[in-house]
Amino acid sequence: MDATTLARWQFASTTVYHFLIVPLSIGLTALVAVMQTLAYLKRATPAGEVWDRSSRFWGRIMLVIFALGVVTGIVQEFQFGMNWSAYSRFVGDIFGAPLAMEGLIAFFLESTFLGLWIFGRDILTPRLHLASIWLAALGTTISAYFILAANSFMQHPVGLVYDAAKHRVELTSIWKVLFNSTQLVTFPHTILAAFMTGSAILLSVSAWHLRRDGELVDLVHRKVAGLAVGVLLVSVVGVSIVGHIQGQIMTDQQPMKMAAAEALWNTDDHAPFSLFAYADVSQGHNKIDITVPDGLSILAKNRPGATVQGINQVQAAEAAKYGPGSYIPVVWLAYWCFRLMIGFGVLAGLVAFGVFVQWRRGKLTTSPRMLRLATWTVALPLAANSAGWLFTETARQPWLVYGLLKTSSGVSTNVSSGVVLASLIGFSALYGVLGVICFRMVRRIAIEGPATTLPPPPGSDVIDEPVLSLV
Amino acid sequence: MLQGFWFGTIAVLWAGFLMLEGFDFGVGMLLPFVTRTDTDRRIALRSIGPVWDGNEVWLLVAGGATFAAFPEWYASVFSGFYIAFALLLVGLILRGIGIEYRGKAETANGRHWCDRAIVVGSFLPALLLGVAFADFLRGVKMDAGHNMAGGFFDLVTPFGLLGGVVTLTLFLFHGAVFLALRTEGAVAFRAKVAAKRVAPVTAVAAVAFVLWTAGTRGGWLSFLLGAVLVVAFVASLAALWLDRIGLAFSASALVCLLVPVWVFSALWPDVLPARNSAALSLTVHNASSSHYTLVVMTVVALLFTPIVIAYQAWTYWVFRARVGAASVGHGGYEETVVGRLRHAASVGTDGESPAEPR
Repeated sequence: MDATTLARWQFASTTVYHFLIVPLSIGLTALVAVMQTLAYLKRATPAGEVWDRSSRFWGRIMLVIFALGVVTGIVQEFQFGMNWSAYSRFVGDIFGAPLAMEGLIAFFLESTFLGLWIFGRDILTPRLHLASIWLAALGTTISAYFILAANSFMQHPVGLVYDAAKHRVELTSIWKVLFNSTQLVTFPHTILAAFMTGSAILLSVSAWHLRRDGELVDLVHRKVAGLAVGVLLVSVVGVSIVGHIQGQIMTDQQPMKMAAAEALWNTDDHAPFSLFAYADVSQGHNKIDITVPDGLSILAKNRPGATVQGINQVQAAEAAKYGPGSYIPVVWLAYWCFRLMIGFGVLAGLVAFGVFVQWRRGKLTTSPRMLRLATWTVALPLAANSAGWLFTETARQPWLVYGLLKTSSGVSTNVSSGVVLASLIGFSALYGVLGVICFRMVRRIAIEGPATTLPPPPGSDVIDEPVLSLV
Repeated sequence: MLQGFWFGTIAVLWAGFLMLEGFDFGVGMLLPFVTRTDTDRRIALRSIGPVWDGNEVWLLVAGGATFAAFPEWYASVFSGFYIAFALLLVGLILRGIGIEYRGKAETANGRHWCDRAIVVGSFLPALLLGVAFADFLRGVKMDAGHNMAGGFFDLVTPFGLLGGVVTLTLFLFHGAVFLALRTEGAVAFRAKVAAKRVAPVTAVAAVAFVLWTAGTRGGWLSFLLGAVLVVAFVASLAALWLDRIGLAFSASALVCLLVPVWVFSALWPDVLPARNSAALSLTVHNASSSHYTLVVMTVVALLFTPIVIAYQAWTYWVFRARVGAASVGHGGYEETVVGRLRHAASVGTDGESPAEPR
C-alpha cells in the first residue's frame, strides 16, 4: 500500500477510535454534572443522598473513559502535521486557528477543572465543587464546537481567499469559519448524539442492575434509568430533526454526498428513498433497489416533486468544473453508513421508548427481556456515531477540503510508507490494549455498583480516601 | 511585528510546558528511586495528580499555536520529526493512562504495570524534547518545499543526544525538588537525595550544551540567556544544599522557563534553520500565517491567556497543602469502595488494611 492509503487508514482508525470515546465523555460529564446538581439542590434529603451516590458512581466511570479520550486526543492534534503536512501547509492559515482556540479555551478549562473536581471534593465548598464539574463539561462542549468548526471548513470551505503564489488558502473572516452554515447544524447534531451516547450508557448499566436485583435494586439505578430514558428520548428526537436539516444543507453544498448516500445514480424529480440497493459501480446503476416513492425528494427538499441530482450528473458537472477525474466516493460505504447511522439511532430511541412504556405500566422491574435488551443500548449510539462519522468523511472523497484540495495532495511527501505502516501497527496495537483495559475497568466498576453509603464529610475524624480519587 | 509576537508567544507556551510538565515528568521518572511502598508511590503521584493534565495542555496549545501562526513550521517539524513525535505520543499515552488508571487497578500486578507505564512514559518525552530542541538549533536538511530530508537517525547526533541528556536530567532534578517541596516524610527525604545526586550531571551537561550551541548559533543575547540559565541552576543547587527548598524550586522553575526562551533566542529569526542552505531556512516571515489570522489569534490569546493563568494558579493554591500519608489514605481502590462494602458485610474486622495492599 502507498503512503496515502496507509495515512488514510491511520487517520480513520485513530479518529473513529477517538470518536467512540469523545461522545461518551461529553455526554457523561454533563450528565454527572446534572446528577450532582440534583444532589446539591436536594441536599440533606433521601433523594439528594441517592443523587450524590449516583454522581460519585457515574463520575468514576466517566473518569475511566475520559482518560482514554484525553490521551487519544493528543494524537489527533499532532497527526495533521505528521501524516498530512501538505494539507497543513495548504489550510494552516485557517484550520490552525480553531485548533489553537480549542486548546487555549477548551482543553485548559476541562483539564484544570476536572482535576479540581476529582481532588477538590473535600477541599472546595460544595458550590465550587459543583461549579468545577460544570466548567469541565463546558470545556468538553466548547472543544467540540471548535473542532467541528474546523471539520465544517473541510466540508464547506468559507471565509477564504486562495493565494496562488504560496499555494495556500488564507483566512478572510473568522466569523464565517466559526459560524459556517454547515457548522451550525453539525454542532447540535454531534452534541445531541453525545447526549444520546451518554444517556445510553446510563441506561445500559441501570438496566443490568434492574434486571439482576428487581424490586430490591439500589435506588440509584432507578433514578439514573429515569434520567437516562428522558435524555435519550429528547436527544433522539433532536438529533433526527437537526439531522434532517443537515441533510438538506448537505444536498445543497455537497450534492455528490447526498447522491452517494442514496445510491441515486441519475437525477430524478420524484427521487425515491432507497431501502436496499446493490450497485454496479462500473455501469453506474443499481442492480437491486427497493425504494419508497418520492422519499428522497421529500427528505432532501421537503417536496415530493423536487429534483435530486444523481451521481452520474454530479460527476459530469464536477469533471467540467475541476478537470477530468473521478469525483465519486465509495458508494456502498456511503450508502450503508448513512443507513446504519439512522438505523442504530432509531433503534436506540425505540429501546428507550420501550423502557419508558414498561415503566409507565409499572412493570419495569418485571420485564427481564426488555431490561436485557436495554443493557445493550449503549452499543447502538456508538455504532451510529461511527457510521455517521465514516459517512461524512468518506463521502466527501476524493476531496480533503471540498472543491479545494484532494486527499491525495494532502499527505506528507517526506514520510515513507514503511514509517507510516510501522506507526499504524504500533498505535493500533496500543489502542487495542488500552481499549480492552478501559472496557474491563468500566465493566467492573459498573457491575460493582455505587457505594451503599456516603463517605464521612470532610472535617470528621475518620480519614478516608475520596471515592473519586485517581491515585 | 506580529510574527515576532507569535514567535515569543510560542516560546512562552513551551516555557510554561517545561516548567510545569517538567516536574511531572521528573516525578514519573523518579518513581522507582524515591518510593519503596505503595503508599509512597501514591504520595508521589498525588502531588501531581490534580494538575498534570492541565500542565500537559501547554504542549497541546504550543502545537496548536504553531499550527495557527506558523503552519509551515508546524508541517515541516511534525512530518520531519515523525518517529520522534510518534514515540513522544506513545510516551504521553502510556503516562496518562498509567496515572489515571493506577488508583483504579484491582490488583498489585495492575498497579505495577501502571507504574512501568508512568516511568517509561515520562522518560521518553523528557529525552525526546531535548533531542528535538537540539536539532532545531543544529538545523535540518530541507528541500525548497520545506520538506525535511533524512530519517530518524539523522536527528540522533551527539549534539542532539546531549540536548536530550540536558532535558532528561533537568526534569529529574526539577521533579526531585518538586517532590521535596510538595511531599512529606520518606518520599521528600529521598527526593532531596536524588536531586543532589543528579545535579552534577545536569550542571555539566547544561554548561557543555550552552557552550557548544554558542559556538554554532545565536548572538550575545542568547549567550547571555544561556549564562543566566546556568547561574540559575547553580543558585537552585546552592539553595538545595542550604535546605531552602522553596527557593531551590523557584530557581529550577526559572531554569526550565529559560530553556525554551534561550533556544528561541538562538534561533531568531529562523524557526527551523536549514543546514544545507541558509536560503531554504524557515523564518518567522516565510513560515507565518497571513496578517489577518495573526491579528485574530492575537486577540484570542490576549483575552484568554490571562484567564487560563489565573485559574491554573488558583488550582495550585487550592492544592497547596503538602501531600503525606494522611492525604492518600491507607489503601488503594480496593480499600475504599470494595473494602467498605466488605467491612459492612463482615463483623469483627476493624477494616485496617496492610501497608502494602494486595
